[in-house]
Amino acid sequence: MSGEVKDRIIEIIAEQAVLEPSDISLDQSLEDLGVDSMGLVEAIFSIEESFDIQVPFNANEPEKSEFDISSVQSIVTAVEGLIAEQKA
Amino acid sequence: MHRVVITGAGTINPLGHSVSDTFAAMKDGRSGIGELDIRDVDRLAIRIGGQVRGYNPDDRFNRQQQALYDRFTQFTLIAAEEAIAQSGLEFGGRLAAETGVVLGTSGGGLGTLDDNYRAVYEEGKNRVHPFIVPKLMNNAAASHVSMTYNLKGPSFTVATACASSNHAMGQAFGLIRAGFARVMVTGGSESMLCFGGIKAWEGLRVMSKDACRPFSANRNGMVQGEGAGVFVFEEYEHAKKRGAEILAEVVGFSMTADASDIVMPSQRGAARAIAGALKDARINADQVGYINAHGTGTAANDKTECAAVATVFGRHADRVMISSTKSMHGHLIGGTGAVELLACLMALREGVIAPTIGYEEPDPECALDVVPNEAREAKVDHVLSNAFAFGGLNAVLALKRAG
Repeated sequence: MSGEVKDRIIEIIAEQAVLEPSDISLDQSLEDLGVDSMGLVEAIFSIEESFDIQVPFNANEPEKSEFDISSVQSIVTAVEGLIAEQKA
Repeated sequence: MHRVVITGAGTINPLGHSVSDTFAAMKDGRSGIGELDIRDVDRLAIRIGGQVRGYNPDDRFNRQQQALYDRFTQFTLIAAEEAIAQSGLEFGGRLAAETGVVLGTSGGGLGTLDDNYRAVYEEGKNRVHPFIVPKLMNNAAASHVSMTYNLKGPSFTVATACASSNHAMGQAFGLIRAGFARVMVTGGSESMLCFGGIKAWEGLRVMSKDACRPFSANRNGMVQGEGAGVFVFEEYEHAKKRGAEILAEVVGFSMTADASDIVMPSQRGAARAIAGALKDARINADQVGYINAHGTGTAANDKTECAAVATVFGRHADRVMISSTKSMHGHLIGGTGAVELLACLMALREGVIAPTIGYEEPDPECALDVVPNEAREAKVDHVLSNAFAFGGLNAVLALKRAG
């Protein structure tokens, strides 16, 4: 399952960054990829829809969020955690 | 150019069902924000709001009226009744022809839309009530005020999201100033605290789940409210001749567009609107004692707004008081500027500055005198009211103490 989650998240982020999924590497940040705050909110919406989960994220205090968005890898890890938690 | 004064004010909002109740709540720094009591609230992530409490439409409107009056229209008519009664004006003959209605709203009859989409999509009904269109249309409130009071002059509705009421009042001001009207009933109304209305806002992820704390370092977003504020704007000589009580003078207005982003505010656009209102009023920044802030409690607004005020006010920025009453009544979206103008009237007439409640931690990026938590006595001669909307549309009004 892990690979599927990673691939889908990369796809979602690639769409917001207007890049090919193959251009995205796990250590990149959203800033590196040119995804702004509106792109981030849309990406989170797509993640929620794709995995049928709730992502705790408030755009007013992204740094305080339990949802770590510091890199593509951290988003994958966070989403895997939420899936495990919410689908248990 | 004619001078324009305010001779009537009315409201219904989360803080009270009249101007005097609203002033009392603002002086006490009371919050009108609480748990939402609406259908399907359990399916919402955001469950707080500034609802109008203790209001039963049956006490004010009969069944036929309710078939035509969405909640935003009901609020408007209640506020208009108070404002027009205070003004003492009766509209007939030439005055009726020279009096118009310009009101702001963003969602219009959103509650009516929500209910009827539910009926056809969720409940599978194949027909809706025949008056849904005239009930939900954005100009319904302005039209019903016009019909109720026989007002036959320039009348329309302005929709510029969170700046709707300020844009509307700016139009009313301009129409009287230029001689197109002698009296204008103006302000705005909003009622989008329904499942669909909140669900849409939730998606933006800028809403707080616990409280609206503008300018406080620990703020975490906005809280929606509902209600209306309505005013009677009148040409000065007309008001003076009939011995009307003048609540304040409207002395300046400015509107600008950021032309940059659909949701992120711009410091330059806001600053140009503030500076424009001062210039239009022919006053200097050091004459302004109070600013009613847009102050939504979002990170994006509060920092941008404080920076804009600091830019325009320069060294006077440290002396001007600036508060956000959204901390108490929530963000009334298209009606917000109208209810917030009440805080301006209270400052000018009663010498009491409404506080920014919920203020807990100073934010170095909002280092102005935000009148934290407690109302303050102060004599002020000029005030500003800011509104900065999604879409980058800004509108700032300048008022002066009467007499």
